[in-house]
Amino acid sequence: MLVCHDGVVSAASPVEVEPTTFSDEFTQMATPWVTIVWNDPVNLMSYVSYVFQKYFGYEKKKAEKLMLEVHEDGKSVVSTGSREEMERDVQAMHEYGLWATMDKSE
Amino acid sequence: MSGFARHRRSRLIIANFTGFEADLLRSLASQLVELLRNEAAVPSDDRDPFEAMMDFSGPTTEPEDPVLARLFPTAYPDDEEAASEFRRFTEGALRDGKATAAVTIIETLEEAGLPPELTEDGLMIDVELDEPTAEIWLRSFTDVRLALASRLGVEDGDDDVWAALPDEDPRAQAHDIYEWVGYLQETLVEALTTD
Repeated sequence: MLVCHDGVVSAASPVEVEPTTFSDEFTQMATPWVTIVWNDPVNLMSYVSYVFQKYFGYEKKKAEKLMLEVHEDGKSVVSTGSREEMERDVQAMHEYGLWATMDKSE
Repeated sequence: MSGFARHRRSRLIIANFTGFEADLLRSLASQLVELLRNEAAVPSDDRDPFEAMMDFSGPTTEPEDPVLARLFPTAYPDDEEAASEFRRFTEGALRDGKATAAVTIIETLEEAGLPPELTEDGLMIDVELDEPTAEIWLRSFTDVRLALASRLGVEDGDDDVWAALPDEDPRAQAHDIYEWVGYLQETLVEALTTD
């Protein structure tokens, strides 16, 4: 885990958890994060599509759709999940030389 | 110049380079290794000096060199603190991985017969890559291309600019090399995705 963050429900005294607290924490846990890949003038379309298939295990069709979004719209959300998961994905994209950032899902 | 292809029987990814081409690839990979290993991985920052001194874990601010800034982008554009933490935990490993990948290219070429100093005319270097090694080459080609493009200032749709440069302009030559590595990478993706 790269970053410690709040939102993990403590196992201690579950019976005393206030419903409102639980609801707040639940909302925080449920708020997904996203990995965004940005267009750059260097990376080949075939390579970007290859990376999406190889790393995320996406079907060729989905990988190419995401790649075209990056190419034509300048960016694309390529994965969604917890903050830890997105940090892993962003790091992996950087390993592949793609320009990736992460953000809270809107 | 024919790029990479998958050998039908052995399933290996193969390519034949002239001595000159192999030497050029080695030189590009070596420059990348040098940049990744020599450029200070811990830039100066304005933290408390004691705190900074006791922190050996990794850099927290974006590298000043534009090539390194592109190789190690800021993960959280709107959250400086989270971006620093991410960088501290990832940049060291990313640097090592990219340097090791470039070293793999150098070692493969030398094992295939590229001498330390290229003197012989007409030398051909045949490389045979298994799939994991081919993927390492593929990633390292990206790093080499990102490095060349950052130095050259390559932008989308600027083909005319490069085509208009006189042949003797060093930027034209560097851009030709950038295009060549792009061609190699294209054929390598193709070979990897061909059954």
